[in-house]
Amino acid sequence: MTVYLVRRVLQALLVVLAMSLIVFIGVYAIGDPVEILISPDADQIERERAVQALGLDLPLWQQYAVFLTKALQGDLGRSFVYNEPALKLILQRMPATMELAFGATIFALIIGLPLGLYAGLRPDSRFSRIIMAGSILGFSLPTFWVGLMLIMVFAVYLGWLPSTGRGETGTLLGLRWSFLTWDGLRHLAMPALNLSLFKISLVIRLTRAGVRETMLMDYVKFARAKGLSPARVIFVHVFKNILIPVVTVVGLELGSTIAFSVVTESVFAWPGMGKLIIDSINVLDRPVIVAYLMMIVLIFIAINLIVDLTYSLLDPRVRLESKGT
Amino acid sequence: MSDAVISAKPTDKVETPFRRFVSEFAENKVALGALVVFIIIALLAIFAPWITPQNPYDLAELDIMDGRMEPGTVGGAGFTFLLGTDDQGRDMLSGIIYGLRISLTVGAGSALVACLIGASLGLLAAYAGGRTDSVIMRLVDLQLSFPTILAALMILAFLGKGIMNVVIALVLVEWAYYARTVRGTALVERRREYIEAAQCLALPTHRVLFCHLLPNCLPPLIVVGTMQVARAIALEATLSFLGLGVPITEPSLGLLIANGYEYMLSGKYWISFYPGIALLITIVAINLVGDQLRDVLNPRLKK
Repeated sequence: MTVYLVRRVLQALLVVLAMSLIVFIGVYAIGDPVEILISPDADQIERERAVQALGLDLPLWQQYAVFLTKALQGDLGRSFVYNEPALKLILQRMPATMELAFGATIFALIIGLPLGLYAGLRPDSRFSRIIMAGSILGFSLPTFWVGLMLIMVFAVYLGWLPSTGRGETGTLLGLRWSFLTWDGLRHLAMPALNLSLFKISLVIRLTRAGVRETMLMDYVKFARAKGLSPARVIFVHVFKNILIPVVTVVGLELGSTIAFSVVTESVFAWPGMGKLIIDSINVLDRPVIVAYLMMIVLIFIAINLIVDLTYSLLDPRVRLESKGT
Repeated sequence: MSDAVISAKPTDKVETPFRRFVSEFAENKVALGALVVFIIIALLAIFAPWITPQNPYDLAELDIMDGRMEPGTVGGAGFTFLLGTDDQGRDMLSGIIYGLRISLTVGAGSALVACLIGASLGLLAAYAGGRTDSVIMRLVDLQLSFPTILAALMILAFLGKGIMNVVIALVLVEWAYYARTVRGTALVERRREYIEAAQCLALPTHRVLFCHLLPNCLPPLIVVGTMQVARAIALEATLSFLGLGVPITEPSLGLLIANGYEYMLSGKYWISFYPGIALLITIVAINLVGDQLRDVLNPRLKK
């Protein structure tokens, strides 16, 4: 297990390094670094001073080394717009995005699992067909348009939920969270549902496929032959086994949920990282862009790593395979 | 198209593989309907200038006095705005049909280029094997492990906004799907005898690759290609909605929807609603066709 752990962490570090190289090349080689890193308002003398200060006269590999050292110290530049460290800006916005992503994941599980279970147990019933057709729509519908329609129905016509913003926030561990207040929860509901649509479909399909496969297994037949109640067979014997792939995929999807929250946050004016990055791209606030990209890459790789490790804990076969090689 | 379907009924004497393919495809009425819908959409987009009552890009034809008219009102120019107008007095129906044009061009164009690049690399990986294979497949893995929207944002952040950059971003995001698909099929196909025969004839490598190996890898490639066109259209709409795509003077569907965003809160739903419906119908139609193609072309499901 330790060998496996060390190897996976090393692999993850390599990917972080590769991504930092890609971001670096993107910013320094494809774009004009002077334009990117120095405020467009700066005059000629300021520019030259900045070029030297940033070490842009050095060869590219040395520049990369400087970029990497600074990045390791948490220095990813200052925002032109807010005149604050880019990393600090991103970290300030992170709780809002995390809250949204977790909300979406919870929605996906509490809606997707029961529907998928039903569709798997009664594949030929009419309701199951409706569920499956709905899940195709969930894959096809463009998220941002569904978000707009949600606002139109629930905020404009029915007036049940507020259309935009984060609402009142409560404080926990020194951070501001919307889910601690009733008003905040009302603001959170629609964006979280919007973000979860794709994942609800995914969970429905995974659960349905898992249930259909597992119901035919010998151990399920045996459990039923033993005279256990159908509820016990389904919720203890079947459910436990289909949870492994569902949890893995939902966990892996958390990263892409955080990335896709860019769209949902723009629709609902949710003040998270995604809203910040779109605003930053629109005003060319490049240090914030770089900080966001590095941060999300880091989150992504961390999630992949955690899911992999959890998976190997849940399913002993994974560990045995990696030992064998 | 409907002629071809009718003539391909099993009553025909000669059954060519293509005819069998057509008749198998037509078995699913939903998919057939989707195909018809898609063809209509494509025709609308191609013949847009002759169909639409107004050229939505010609500012001289727009009248700001017609702005935000409800669907069904008659405008200053004398024709009825069937789907209403947006804030600049642009007829929504014309705007949507022209928007479809951009969406389809970007979607199909990027899918085609991505397909060329991806398929070539996939073939190369399968044929060359060894180090070439592992380098290409590592790149594919890296690309596929990141969500498309993130990769597209990254590329647009480096290159800046604009329609060409959106196409580049879409191509860079999508090539990996084609590469993986083609490599998978080609790995199986290259062990077949006809490849061995072609190699024994000492044909040049590019000939073996593109004239012998590639045609036999086509079925899964077509399926992936269809689905990717739908994905590309959705992604382009999303990027345009976020304001990173097409310029405001020539709106695609995504930008039309974004334009209607602020007016929706005051109950003027049609500016966002109808372009979204057009987008939805296009994407669902392509996906349904792709689904049926997958069932028909999948050798494992052959009767």
